[in-house]
Amino acid sequence: MEQDNQCENKKTLNIQINDQKLTVPEGITVLEASHEAGVKIPTLCHLDLHDLQMYNKTASCRVCMVELLDPKNNRNKLVPSCVTKVQDGMAVRTDTIRAITARRMAVELMLSNHPNECFTCPKNLECELQSLAEELNVRQIRWEGERMVYPKDMSSDAIVKDANKCIYCRRCETGCNEVQTCGILSGIGRGFNAFVGPFANIPMVESSCTYCGQCVQVCPTAALTEAFHTDKVWEAINDPDKHVIVQTAPAIRVALGELFGMEAGTIVTGKMVTALKRMGFDEVFDTNFGADLTIMEEASELIYRLKNNKTLPILTNCCPAWVKFIEHQFPELIHVPSTCKSPHIMLGTIAKTYYAEKKGLDPDNIVVVSVMPCIAKKAEAKRAELTKDEHNNVDIVITTRELGAMIKEAGIEFERLPDSEFDNPLGETTGASVIFGTAGGVIEAALRTAHEWMTGEKLEKVEFEELRGMEGVRRATVKIGDQELKIGIASGLGNAREILEDIRDGKADYHAIEIMACPGGCIAGGGQPYHHGNHEVVKKRREAIYEEDRRKKVRKSHENKEILELYKKYLGDPFGDMAHELLHTHFEERERI
Amino acid sequence: MQKVRIKFHIERKNYSWQIIYKYFEKLVNVMTKPQDIDVMKPTGQEFPKEKYDELEAFINNLETTKGALIEILHKAQEIFRYLPRDVQLFIARKLGIPGAEVFGVVSFYSYFTTKPGGKHTVSVCMGTACFVRGADKVIEKFKEVLGIESNETTEDGLFTIKDVRCIGACGLAPVVMVDGKVYGRVKVEDVDGIINTYRKQEEQNADKVLR
Ligand code: SF4
Ligand code: SF4
Ligand code: SF4
Ligand code: FES
Ligand code: FES
Repeated sequence: MEQDNQCENKKTLNIQINDQKLTVPEGITVLEASHEAGVKIPTLCHLDLHDLQMYNKTASCRVCMVELLDPKNNRNKLVPSCVTKVQDGMAVRTDTIRAITARRMAVELMLSNHPNECFTCPKNLECELQSLAEELNVRQIRWEGERMVYPKDMSSDAIVKDANKCIYCRRCETGCNEVQTCGILSGIGRGFNAFVGPFANIPMVESSCTYCGQCVQVCPTAALTEAFHTDKVWEAINDPDKHVIVQTAPAIRVALGELFGMEAGTIVTGKMVTALKRMGFDEVFDTNFGADLTIMEEASELIYRLKNNKTLPILTNCCPAWVKFIEHQFPELIHVPSTCKSPHIMLGTIAKTYYAEKKGLDPDNIVVVSVMPCIAKKAEAKRAELTKDEHNNVDIVITTRELGAMIKEAGIEFERLPDSEFDNPLGETTGASVIFGTAGGVIEAALRTAHEWMTGEKLEKVEFEELRGMEGVRRATVKIGDQELKIGIASGLGNAREILEDIRDGKADYHAIEIMACPGGCIAGGGQPYHHGNHEVVKKRREAIYEEDRRKKVRKSHENKEILELYKKYLGDPFGDMAHELLHTHFEERERI
Repeated sequence: MQKVRIKFHIERKNYSWQIIYKYFEKLVNVMTKPQDIDVMKPTGQEFPKEKYDELEAFINNLETTKGALIEILHKAQEIFRYLPRDVQLFIARKLGIPGAEVFGVVSFYSYFTTKPGGKHTVSVCMGTACFVRGADKVIEKFKEVLGIESNETTEDGLFTIKDVRCIGACGLAPVVMVDGKVYGRVKVEDVDGIINTYRKQEEQNADKVLR
């Protein structure tokens, strides 16, 4: 039976696109067929992120119109190619004046209702609406409709929502609801004034938004962007009284190059460090140091929980979006995650304590800037419990994109920069910390250390292939000595929800679980260079992360000399009292709106 | 929120009529002034538990809640007279769907209202038949006389204006309905009279109470 079905599914159809005759499988759209034929049809609302199972099929923009020929009735029809399925004998033209005009008109109408302020728009030269206008040769806008002017929502420290620039493609809604299952965004209103926003149109900060930024990553315009903080950074750098420390997350070094026209997956660690030094930061540290520290704590916590029959599984919590997700959506489970602070917050804390003492600096005068692939970390840094003695652990967070903008602003020719090394002591890192940047990496790094600690033997093969893969939920069993550890890895909050529901219902028997809010991990974070619907870019960044790990001499966190020194001189034992005070935190039950 | 009014004009040459027609619909939409979308504040009004119980019983009695959101919202509006935040959240939680989704539907249909309405609802039909016979001018006049936009309520709590789709009395176009009463072939000049009828009623009622 099944065999039959499959045969049926494989049915092929004969169609014609412009002058080409094609044989295509049943069930695909005219848009996909045209792709095969090498005919480009512009799209805007349409988004097909196959790897994430994210398909936006609202067919709302009408930018992909083609002409369906019907010579028999002498009545050709304009149809949106992104949702029109091919049919046998179908003849389509993408190049008639009618089709071209229809497509251009669709963009023109969108522009008639759009604030024309590209010069100052944060999406300038990155905006899909802008490129379409160019691609479709729009040279004038014939309409101007009445429209509302909505205030910008700058309520949160992380996301800015500018409804005036919303073209109502609803990609963000699909991302937030279907991929992330957060359900924050929904279409509001109707007609020309419709836009996207949270329940009751409340400010984002009052919603249960996790600030994962996946909506920002797919928004074609500047209706959703991060909150920009570059000015604050320049201010700090230019204040002679301040000692300004910058740290960069693992995922930055494999993506920053894209902003300067480099191939996706180019590793630019050395250039990045040089750029930061030239920009005037006093010290350039590496968040990977914080990651190594996280592993020391997390691996200790895992072993502690295993030995003492405490709550299992342990959940990694390097990702603040994921933390916020569990707080809002599963408040009954907030005792499950590890209590470790996230790596950049750990580094910030150590910078203002250990490092400050060592250098004889007043913590009041230290400003810690984090460069993150992430929007959620902006909000994380502002959490009240991450402030100690009135010092924020981290003062300013900027995204990869913002760093790119600052480098350009400073007139630094990135491509031509020589390489430099991170500063010491908080720049000494291992391969284990590099892989934090990709899904599965944190747990792999933790196991490299836990393995050696639990068995007392040297781990020869540090790469855990069974923990690597692009799928949303990955389950694996890892043998450590005579113990078998059941590991779960989820990236993307929809996948996290699956695992959490199992835990809540007592159906899961994991020992340890890693969760990242962004599908694929931080390499695909909301603050990374826009992938513009091309997820191949993310795969290349991932490869680069593993490559950077292989290049490292030391690949296990507990072999990081500076880390060992830090424990010896300052913190005492991993997971000990001092470590608890400085490196651990707590969570809060929150309402779901 | 500030409104910008800009002229629009259509150049008819060169374009496929189909598209022009499609967008003409959109433009009409603009002319009937879609409702402003403000942040919805909690009203602070507490409803008796019985009302929530009634709504809950209604939901529990449905065979399936799938695809029933609109029906449920209608019922809720019938019970509460409007759809405040808490009621919307109540429904969302009851159905296990995001609050944003419920609000999305509420804000889409002009039938639903999120503010307690006035004592009298003036519904002006904006259906095609009424529209071509000048309903737009009639509604403008109502707005001018009452000093409010559609979906707003006068300060004295007496009147709410709504623009509604065809109410099935096209023969009498343009049609205005105040509460249950239908006024046909309404002209701009009639507007003052209609409003005054209700104002007088109110005054008389007030007098009665005083005596
Ligand atoms: S906010 Fe952006 S992604 Fe969402 S509907 Fe508007 S334009 Fe599309
Ligand atoms: S940041 Fe994440 S949770 Fe918040 S609205 Fe966007 S996709 Fe949804
Ligand atoms: S996965 Fe990484 S980039 Fe994405 S929200 Fe979490 S920490 Fe930020
Ligand atoms: S891309 Fe097809 S309608 Fe938007
Ligand atoms: S159009 Fe107004 S009643 Fe039908």
